[in-house]
Amino acid sequence: MSSLTRDDVAHLAVLARIDLSEAELDRMVGELDVILGAVAKVQQAPIDGVAPMSHPLPLTNVTRPDVVRPSLTPDEALSGAPEVEEQRFSVPRILTED
Amino acid sequence: MNSDLTRATAAELADALATKTVSSVEVTQAHLDRIAAVDEQVHAYLHVDAEGALAAARSIDERRAAGESLPALAGVPIAVKDVMTTRGIPTTCGSRTLEGWVPPYDATVVTRLRAQGMPILGKTNMDEFAMGSSTEHSAYGPTRNPWDLERIPGGSGGGSSAVVASFQAPLAIGTDTGGSIRQPAAVTGTVGTKPTYGGVSRYGLVALASSLDQAGPCARSVLDTALLHSVIGGHDPMDSTSIEAPVPAVVEAARNGDVSGMKIGIVRELGGEGYQPGVRARFDEAVQLLVDRGAEVIEVSCPNFDYALAAYYLILPSEASSNLAKFDAMRYGLRILPDGVDDPSAEQVMAASRDAGFGDEVKRRIILGTYALSSGYYDAYYGSAQKVRTLIAQDFERAFAKVDVLVSPTAPTTAFRFGDKLDDPMAMYLNDIATIPANLAGVPGMSLPSGLADEDGLPAGIQILAPAMRDERLYTVGAALERALADRWGGLLIDRAPQLDASMVKGA
Repeated sequence: MSSLTRDDVAHLAVLARIDLSEAELDRMVGELDVILGAVAKVQQAPIDGVAPMSHPLPLTNVTRPDVVRPSLTPDEALSGAPEVEEQRFSVPRILTED
Repeated sequence: MNSDLTRATAAELADALATKTVSSVEVTQAHLDRIAAVDEQVHAYLHVDAEGALAAARSIDERRAAGESLPALAGVPIAVKDVMTTRGIPTTCGSRTLEGWVPPYDATVVTRLRAQGMPILGKTNMDEFAMGSSTEHSAYGPTRNPWDLERIPGGSGGGSSAVVASFQAPLAIGTDTGGSIRQPAAVTGTVGTKPTYGGVSRYGLVALASSLDQAGPCARSVLDTALLHSVIGGHDPMDSTSIEAPVPAVVEAARNGDVSGMKIGIVRELGGEGYQPGVRARFDEAVQLLVDRGAEVIEVSCPNFDYALAAYYLILPSEASSNLAKFDAMRYGLRILPDGVDDPSAEQVMAASRDAGFGDEVKRRIILGTYALSSGYYDAYYGSAQKVRTLIAQDFERAFAKVDVLVSPTAPTTAFRFGDKLDDPMAMYLNDIATIPANLAGVPGMSLPSGLADEDGLPAGIQILAPAMRDERLYTVGAALERALADRWGGLLIDRAPQLDASMVKGA
């Protein structure tokens, strides 16, 4: 069983978009390693040839008639936004300059 | 009915309201007074909506006075777990990320409560985004167990269990992803049901793990739990996983409570080692009471339940890491700019906001889920866990071919002290060992009190599990057991909970 390194956790934190502090990283490496060791038990179960189950119910596609129905007003939709401009969500830059 | 309206059951209140013996304003005000008197000690509510609750109560009283025919629970107040969106009432999920967020829409469960004419007293505390078994992971501080204020009320729905246990609401809404309704019920001497997956709409329930989450009723008696279950259940076109079938006849089952001839299976893998002696003793006595009432009891084996905890703590973090990606500081929720960065990018703002807005347990589970879903590890972790899930569903199928319901202790121990398991995530996770299999398979489960453990005098719970869509069997068995225990005790267990009034606190 491969164990998690501090670099692994730092990389996962980047993927998960969480800016962990150095102290958080130090603590989490050990904690996650213990949890991973415990949950790896699934690999010992008699799972050879068993179909995976993603959901408790047989899922079927659900559609509705394509008609307008009541929905949020623009003000309601924007009511929780950290920043609003011209009736739109205002966000930080998404591209690097130049 | 008790002259103290907060001690009455929801069924008693509904009858008294229907006959105009009391008004909804009186009932609602009595609970608001109780909240003002004891919630400083219990800390079960994150937000109390006195004005909104009284307005709803006045409206119901006026409609009743006008001779209108009203729904069964009209005028009976209720508390709602803070993971359900409530239009005009803050919804935080116990997280800093959503501090002060006021949703612009109601969850379907909330819509149904309002349509029923039930005043919403407020929102109850919980572990952040429902991740935890103690409420210690709430960003707003833990809720205290009304039986012992130094101990946990269970989690994640510890606020909902504590409000009913401390008579701050006759009813509450909970949600159960791995036991968050049942384990809190067990450790507070109350009743709670996780319905069949798809039995209650998830629309407006802020998702933790979408294939496991299920909302359900919390109360002090089996009948009250059934009354609330029947009000919130049923098909909802807004939830694509909602079952298109009528709510099982839970109220009739709770009124009937006849277990003669029923086959009850004791799950060999959920008991024994690791379970507190007092919890086991009360469980054994409860099973004997069901035998005395005519049930047939056999032992059944569900061998793959031994892998359930491991599978759950891969499937849940995986789904959670995906569900919580929506908290990106763009459309709602906390936005924090990173320190010392000029003109930060959206990605940097996102990462800084999520670091500031999420607590330790949420971060742990997001990172774990991200790992379990990464290419190269997917088959070994998430893929294997999904196969174990199939094995667990098959164990249930085999068991329910032999018996009508399964029983086990709800949780391995009574309420533990604050801090006992906070630094050891795996020890905290073990609280859910008996409740998790039901979520993985989607079957319904109930917890009700089995008595007080000898070694600490704290409540223990018994869990009943039924096949999918046979929720009524939980109430048949639960009602039979509740009656047998009440005969023995001369009332419900909750009647023996500490009063929490000023004189008691001074004397303690």
